[in-house]
Amino acid sequence: MHELPVTEGILNVALEAAQQNGARRIMAIDLVIGELAGIVDDSVQFYFDILSKDTIAEGAVLRFRREQAAANCGDCGHQFPVEVPLTAVCPVCGGNRLRVSGGREFFIESIEVEDEDSGSEGDSERERSGGG
Amino acid sequence: MKIPVVKEILSANDQVAAENRVAFDAAGVLVLNLMASPGAGKTSLILSTVDQLPEEVRPGVIEGDLASTIDADTVAARGIPVVQINTGGSCHLDAPMIRIALPNLPLDEMDLLFIENVGNLVCTADFALGADLAVVVASAPEGHDKPYKYPGMFASADAVVLNKADLLEVFEFDVDYFRRGLEMLNPGVPLFVVSCRTGDGIKEWVAWLLSCLH
Ligand SMILES: Nc1nc2c(ncn2[C@@H]2O[C@H](COP(=O)(O)OP(=O)(O)OP(=O)(O)O)[C@@H](O)[C@H]2O)c(=O)[nH]1
Ligand SMILES: [Mg+2]
Ligand SMILES: [Zn+2]
Repeated sequence: MHELPVTEGILNVALEAAQQNGARRIMAIDLVIGELAGIVDDSVQFYFDILSKDTIAEGAVLRFRREQAAANCGDCGHQFPVEVPLTAVCPVCGGNRLRVSGGREFFIESIEVEDEDSGSEGDSERERSGGG
Repeated sequence: MKIPVVKEILSANDQVAAENRVAFDAAGVLVLNLMASPGAGKTSLILSTVDQLPEEVRPGVIEGDLASTIDADTVAARGIPVVQINTGGSCHLDAPMIRIALPNLPLDEMDLLFIENVGNLVCTADFALGADLAVVVASAPEGHDKPYKYPGMFASADAVVLNKADLLEVFEFDVDYFRRGLEMLNPGVPLFVVSCRTGDGIKEWVAWLLSCLH
């Protein structure tokens, strides 16, 4: 498992972006992870909670946007989403000349930081949204 | 307030990998990142390949291993310059580990550098090292479904070596099925079916490798 270095990467990229923007607190981090990138959401949040202790990202919620991978049938042109393990045949025509694209995304899209003028009260963003 | 970032999660590693690449290029060394499951035949492939190299192509090896020096010792016994990296339990090599190893490697005295990654078909693909070629070694006993189960690894390969061809029948390994899975993810990627045991297919693989040198 390489969730630990991945989580370190998430924390460092987020802290750097926050610092560059003079943010005082990171409330949430929006991640885009492809279906084929093979990262387990829950374990990353678990590591993140430990690693982010005593940083301005402590308590931040990781929000995952999963990007699907798609297969394209070379025989009938049917396009459909695929997951791991990949299917070898087209569900429409049974052809086996498929092409898989997408699903390899692995980046931080944005961070949600505390506004200069807002207090720490009533931050709905801090509620666990549970990645999905 | 939302701040757009759009940055790769492993960008710190990618940055160091790019620096490694510059060092390799400056020394004129072609670098291979060999990735495979444990026991697929990474070390065997290095030895079989080196045996077939023309004299003017000087090899070197970086051995990534969880803890042991078994592979490094095997390679060194053949008189090949080798540096051992113990990953201390990490399941993959990363670019900073390679950077640390570089001063111990006479880059100016080699043309072809094999980096044997830790045996692992998942994590290794995500951590760029600065190599020119990502080579995945699969083997007959693992079964023909690996591209379907580990798409990330096969999608990013520059070449795939299917080793232990002498065992294809024993394991009812359907090479066409394997090849289709590969094509699905990585159209046109060269596939070399070899046996380090019998030597079958090694010539074609080495010829391709040498063509990458120029
Ligand atoms: N039958 C057969 N056995 C092979 C072949 N290539 C390698 N082996 C055997 O497979 C075993 C593992 O080979 P290695 O080269 O050590 O594999 P590796 O990928 O370097 O293994 P780790 O570094 O431990 O992950 C050894 O017992 C080899 O003798 C082959 O082409 N055919
Ligand atoms: Mg080995
Ligand atoms: Zn179809």
